[in-house]
Amino acid sequence: MTDDLTPDPDAPPEGPLTLPLDAWHRERGARMVEFAGYMMPVQYEGIIAEHLWTRESAGLFDVSHMGQLYLSGEGLDAALEALLPIDLSTLKVGQVRYSLLLGEDGGILDDLMVSRWGSGLYLVVNGATKWDDIGHLREHLPDEISLNHIEEPALLALQGPKAFASLEPLVSGEWPLSALTFMRGGPFKLCGVDAWISRSGYTGEDGFEISLPRENAAEIADALCDNPAVKPIGLGARDSLRLEAGLPLYGHDLNEDTDPVSAGLTFAISKRRRTEGGFPGAERILKLLADGTSAVRVGLALEGRMAAREGAAVFAGTREVGRVTSGGFSPSLQHPIAMAYVDAGSAAPGTALELHNRGKRLAATVVPLPFVPHRYHR
Amino acid sequence: MSRFYTKDHEWIDVDGDTGTVGITDYAQSQLGDITFVELPAAGQAVSKGDGVSVVDSVKAASDVYTPVSGKVAEVNGALESEPELVNADAENKGWLFKVTLADSGELGGLMDRAAYDAYVAEL
Repeated sequence: MTDDLTPDPDAPPEGPLTLPLDAWHRERGARMVEFAGYMMPVQYEGIIAEHLWTRESAGLFDVSHMGQLYLSGEGLDAALEALLPIDLSTLKVGQVRYSLLLGEDGGILDDLMVSRWGSGLYLVVNGATKWDDIGHLREHLPDEISLNHIEEPALLALQGPKAFASLEPLVSGEWPLSALTFMRGGPFKLCGVDAWISRSGYTGEDGFEISLPRENAAEIADALCDNPAVKPIGLGARDSLRLEAGLPLYGHDLNEDTDPVSAGLTFAISKRRRTEGGFPGAERILKLLADGTSAVRVGLALEGRMAAREGAAVFAGTREVGRVTSGGFSPSLQHPIAMAYVDAGSAAPGTALELHNRGKRLAATVVPLPFVPHRYHR
Repeated sequence: MSRFYTKDHEWIDVDGDTGTVGITDYAQSQLGDITFVELPAAGQAVSKGDGVSVVDSVKAASDVYTPVSGKVAEVNGALESEPELVNADAENKGWLFKVTLADSGELGGLMDRAAYDAYVAEL
């Protein structure tokens, strides 16, 4: 027993939590659902309209459920490199990089973003896995490294071709917002409030992710949405946008049994680490890099209108060659799309496959990812 | 003509021995944007409670269960090119299929509008 009533920031909460913008979402007519332990807005006016709005204009997403971690301490780079296949020697202050938290056998425990701040590293991890990630990091990082789960700030994403023009007038700082290119970030003032802004996202569009004090989240969301180019967008469209962008979703397209090579995420294994190794599962992963994998993650374009969902079996003729890990109707392309892991022999673009979904056979063709071209500001 | 409702959010309009089946406005609002409707084949024999149609939304696929047994008399062909009719007008132009009733006694277990509204209010 303890008399300490302070919640343990490392312990998962019991019931669903509310986002800093909970009331804000409800006022705007959001339908709220539980996701990753939080009540989250799944949609406002409708997934297709929100999806297309983000591709044409700018959408504001509340992703405050994601884990924001701050790491610092003597020997941080080497300590973190023991857990991720990243080369931190080339990550300069203000740069952001995608990386993978790997288990002992090289399976993916989570995918995450790592940014170098002046004094340490800022990590953004998936909401559904953040408690496990924190446990894993605490267990494996040496005592000299301090890991701070920063639960206070809200995290917003502003995505779409009009994201820059919508954000820029509200921002001031040491540098202009235009100094940020894709996968760069820095401290700015947003509506006069201190915020960390990076040019990154999960939609395939140009856009920004913004960490800001939770007590200012509503006024800043209002200021952004006062611009007619910006609308709030729910989780439903976030999922269909990332699927079109070919971006994997942890827990569906990636899990602890998936290796980075089969997942098509070899870009997250830095060049130096490929020669030096020294990350979890390095022996296995480097061998897969050299020899290839038996299965690979591919994109599938479906004929007809019926979507194939996670778990649908993939057939080449009469032979089962894989499983769908994400699938849905593509609002931009107006036909269903899916991601699947299939045998390497059936993975070439143009390969005709068949998906068995709810008792139906759906014709599909392997296509390159992304389905919809990325429009990052490089 | 009388209309009945199921706990699975289907409605059925009964006219003589023909029942027209669709999903309720509440159901379409919960499903969100509907992108595809899989309809049964005309002439198909169906039993009360069978999943005979699938409504695919951007989020997920949902079964539609026939509230009555009988034979499929007709399907709403307009949904092939305009599945969004189910969002726009679920309880009228967005009907799914018509069944020739085998046993009108099956209607006895269904709800009327007031009972369905009370049921939805509790959800």
